[in-house]
Amino acid sequence: MTAPALLAVRDLRVLIGGRHILHGVDLDVARHGVTALLGRNGAGKTTTVRGVLGLVPRAGSVRLDGEETVGLPTHALVRRGIGYAPEDRGVFAGLTVAENLRLAERRGADGPAYGLVHELFPELKRRERQLAGTLSGGQQQMVAIGRTLLNGNRLIIADEPTKGLAPKVVTEVARVLERAAEAVPVLLVEQNLAVVRRLAEHCVVLADGRTAHQGEAAALLGDAEATRRLLGVGRGPLAPHTAEADS
Amino acid sequence: MSTIVLLTMTGLGLGALYFLVASGLSLIFGLMDVLNFAHGALLSIGAYGTWWAASGHLPGAGPGGWGFALAVLFGTAVGTLAAVVLELAVVRPLYTRPREQVLATVGVGLAVPALLSGIWGSDARTFPGPEALSGTFGLLGAEVPVNRLVLVAAAVVVLVALRLFLGRTRHGLVVRAGVEDRAMVTALGIDVRKAFTLVFAIGGCAAALGGALGGLYFGSVDPRQGTSLLIFAFVVVVTGGMGSVTGAAVAAVVIGLVQQFANYYTAAGLGDLAVVVLLAALLLVRPRGLTGRLA
Repeated sequence: MTAPALLAVRDLRVLIGGRHILHGVDLDVARHGVTALLGRNGAGKTTTVRGVLGLVPRAGSVRLDGEETVGLPTHALVRRGIGYAPEDRGVFAGLTVAENLRLAERRGADGPAYGLVHELFPELKRRERQLAGTLSGGQQQMVAIGRTLLNGNRLIIADEPTKGLAPKVVTEVARVLERAAEAVPVLLVEQNLAVVRRLAEHCVVLADGRTAHQGEAAALLGDAEATRRLLGVGRGPLAPHTAEADS
Repeated sequence: MSTIVLLTMTGLGLGALYFLVASGLSLIFGLMDVLNFAHGALLSIGAYGTWWAASGHLPGAGPGGWGFALAVLFGTAVGTLAAVVLELAVVRPLYTRPREQVLATVGVGLAVPALLSGIWGSDARTFPGPEALSGTFGLLGAEVPVNRLVLVAAAVVVLVALRLFLGRTRHGLVVRAGVEDRAMVTALGIDVRKAFTLVFAIGGCAAALGGALGGLYFGSVDPRQGTSLLIFAFVVVVTGGMGSVTGAAVAAVVIGLVQQFANYYTAAGLGDLAVVVLLAALLLVRPRGLTGRLA
């Protein structure tokens, strides 16, 4: 990463209900392609994303294109060009598909890109008038990702977009994210390493609310031992020092 | 038969009054999780504003014809303004402290009637109104006071307007989404606090209109009216489902009717009790109220 990062997070700390969830996360999102945010369950990935967006009280530094954003309310930060697809998809069940998308429209130079959204997800066009609460999980994820593509965003943050989806739908979501990342950098929280391997160029690994590793995604995933040590997955032989590294 | 007609029309009038208070209360709670105990005070402000203007204090306004319409407009506008001030000055600074927020609205709910008593006395004042609205009309053999119809008409207009607002406008869309998930609305780049002020203004407007027209219904204004109506409005909100305008309308009609009939056919005062029993029974069967949904 030679060019300065699009999003530079330094020493991000989050305290919820008197409990430290993040102890100091450092994270760079590259100006191109997909940066994956990895870690075991409970490592603080979702909290990091929510902290970046100001959805939880946070301290530290979050710079978007060099500008400090800690202190900005969430809506003002998002208006600077962030599309966010949250972990639970954040779809409004009582609104129709069209209303869910319309809500995400922001005033921009080019107007909302419905052409792109409907080209990528023709199903959303067909189901325009259906209540989002009656959609399948995959369709709801399409709404969530569609909302991030509607505006000319500078950054897309997708929190476990493939979670709980059927394999065929996972492939489709991955395909769309791959295509989106050609135009807009993506910060992708993901547990599915096959998806990470396919999409991500860079990766950041969290452990216990801290940054444990940053680097090339291919390098990490190519190293079975490191993958196992950092993510608790993989088939590599047990190295003698992993017990110590895990603690 | 004529008794039943009269009780029905009176019950509907009362239900209309409850709806005018409860619709705003329900939207405010649904969107902001704020139990606005000052909502009855907004009704009182509307009632006293209208009474003050119709008593000849406001140039052009008076007890008859267009003068009365102007007085109602004035009372409603003052109530709306009071609601906006309440949101900006009292409710907004306390968003991160919900307990203090409730206490502050309780305080305003107590202070406003006290202030009204201090200025105009604690006794009921005769409410001036146009001749045309103080008479009765014949319906199926019963002589029904015209003001019942005025209240019902106003409530229907408010219901239709609210449904159009929620269903057809961008702000209405934001309110409906905010009732479901406020944080996600802000994460889409929308300043949800603007919707808070708007919802307070709308709720205050409806309540103040209820106060202005409630003066016709009761024939008088007194400082405690708002507070006593607020209790039943809360019952309506819980019965109808928090955040649902249509639910509030249905619940308001049911509760107005039950109260009137029970008060007439059993002992006076039992109607109020019947309403609470109805609420308890409903909550046992459907804990989220009749709808639990918006619009």
